Amino acid sequence: MIAKREFFLFRKQRESTAFNHIFLSILVVFSLGPVVLLAVNSFKSNAEMGLNPLGLPQEWRLDNFGRAWEQGEFERTFKNSVIYVVGTVSLALVLCGLAAYSLARKNPPGANFVMIYLLVASTVPVWLYLVPLFFLWRQLEFLNTYHGLILIYTAFNAPFSIFLLRSFLIGLPVELEDAARVDGANELQVLLKIIVPLAWPGFLTVGLVVGLSVWSEFQVAVIFTHNPEMFPVTTSYFKFTDRFGRDWSLTNAGAFMMVAPVLILFLALQRRFVEGLTQGGVKF
Amino acid sequence: MARDMAMPEDRQYTGARRKAKRRRKKWTRYRLMRYYIVPWLFLIPILGLHAFVVVVPAMQGVYYSFTDWSGIGEAKFIGLRNFEEMFFEDQSYIDALSRNVQWMIFRMIVPFTFALFGASLLAKVKRGAMFYRTALFMPFILPSIVTATIWRYLYNPRFGLPTLVGYDKALLGQSDTALWAIAFADNWQFWGFLMVLFLTAMQGIDPVLYDAAKVDGANRWQEFWHVTLPGIRPVVLFMMMMVMIWAFLVFDYVFILTGGGPAGATEVIAIDIYKNAFQRFEAGYAAAQGMTICLFASMVVCAFVFLRKRGWDI
Repeated sequence: MIAKREFFLFRKQRESTAFNHIFLSILVVFSLGPVVLLAVNSFKSNAEMGLNPLGLPQEWRLDNFGRAWEQGEFERTFKNSVIYVVGTVSLALVLCGLAAYSLARKNPPGANFVMIYLLVASTVPVWLYLVPLFFLWRQLEFLNTYHGLILIYTAFNAPFSIFLLRSFLIGLPVELEDAARVDGANELQVLLKIIVPLAWPGFLTVGLVVGLSVWSEFQVAVIFTHNPEMFPVTTSYFKFTDRFGRDWSLTNAGAFMMVAPVLILFLALQRRFVEGLTQGGVKF
Repeated sequence: MARDMAMPEDRQYTGARRKAKRRRKKWTRYRLMRYYIVPWLFLIPILGLHAFVVVVPAMQGVYYSFTDWSGIGEAKFIGLRNFEEMFFEDQSYIDALSRNVQWMIFRMIVPFTFALFGASLLAKVKRGAMFYRTALFMPFILPSIVTATIWRYLYNPRFGLPTLVGYDKALLGQSDTALWAIAFADNWQFWGFLMVLFLTAMQGIDPVLYDAAKVDGANRWQEFWHVTLPGIRPVVLFMMMMVMIWAFLVFDYVFILTGGGPAGATEVIAIDIYKNAFQRFEAGYAAAQGMTICLFASMVVCAFVFLRKRGWDI
């Protein structure tokens, strides 16, 4: 009797997953199809694009990338974007790491107030302060500078980074820190020698998410940089599509170059990306 | 820690009062340092930066919203005139607001349907679950400019997707379809994120409830409606609130794909603010519009808090 019932359940389950797999595959095609198409199209010639918009290229043309790299001035904009990403990630990790450590371990008077402040600050609509921020930045001559944009990105990513790092640090055992203190380490040494080596996965997750958000950022970059010399890859590519909008092989190749590093990193470390992005929850 | 414990012992052994007093003084100073000053020294840099980038401009924004200001020179205080103009005279603002509301409705229906459907399918699957999750989440990590390029290509009237069904008009070039075309591109990127959130919540539902539903002979839909959805309701409602707030901020896709066109048919509030502040030199008016976004966002939050107080288990 029991065996029969279990058999019945087992059969039913197998039946039901087939249904699930079919629909999930359709969704996967919907999600990945456009990305694959972007990759494939970046190898087609512009003439072929019209004849064969959705298929594999008849002739794989690699020179699209070279042309896009030249025409889109990717050399400079890649360098700019790397500077923005590295600057923001390192500043955010240092400053938010300090703050998160303080909130997680020291719990100073006012810590709750800080948490509430960060929570409220992360939901305040960005358009409330973006316009005055622009004029403040102009007054300080921070427009079109690396540090101007890096400071904004660091501040915008701070609430998320602090929350995530704090929750990570709370999960670590306290005993090691106490042991280090007994041996006469000061707070900074405890942080650098004990916390960072133990909590590096948390730091890596935050670094990836912050780096990704800076690499992809458009809205702030388009407002705060007007000098093409300082454009990150996103806004420069936007101007590029304005000029070469009809040349699909160029624009596809350019877009593919922009996302290729991100995609590779995502595939290698997808667990951390998904974890970090969904726990952060709040994007600006 | 070591010192707190060592102190009373020291006192016992030496017995010298002055020495103990000095020690206690040192000890309090140490305590002050360790529990108050150092923790705050660690907090101050990032809080200071955040306040400088967010709080100071936000306060300036509140002030500028009551002024007539071009962005250069003196701001002239004009009271509530900006808001009066916005709500009673500026038709383009009202239109923009209604587009944000349309966007919000779209975002509350389409991505949520996709995400609930995908998550409830994926929650049952064991083999390949990781692959599905990664693949469906992937669009979320693409930069908005790349997503926009992909969909501009897919929508193009010469050989894009619409031509496959014999529709050869530009979806992005017509005023009645442009906003929905943009919203769909946005949905394509966004729903995978929602799905992963819902999936995580679904994995927290007690499997006993599903067994019970099975014993009661519930079909797929009944199971979803009576077990899954109530189980993940807090996450769904929280995300509804966030999506409603975010709907007032939409900028990237509209700016990239149409720039507010054709003929202003996709001009949402953020685009209007951008143009007022940086092209029409109406920074005071733009700040006032920014204030209204904040107002709508707080109305959304208040509505959710109110419903919760009224006993809607949110």
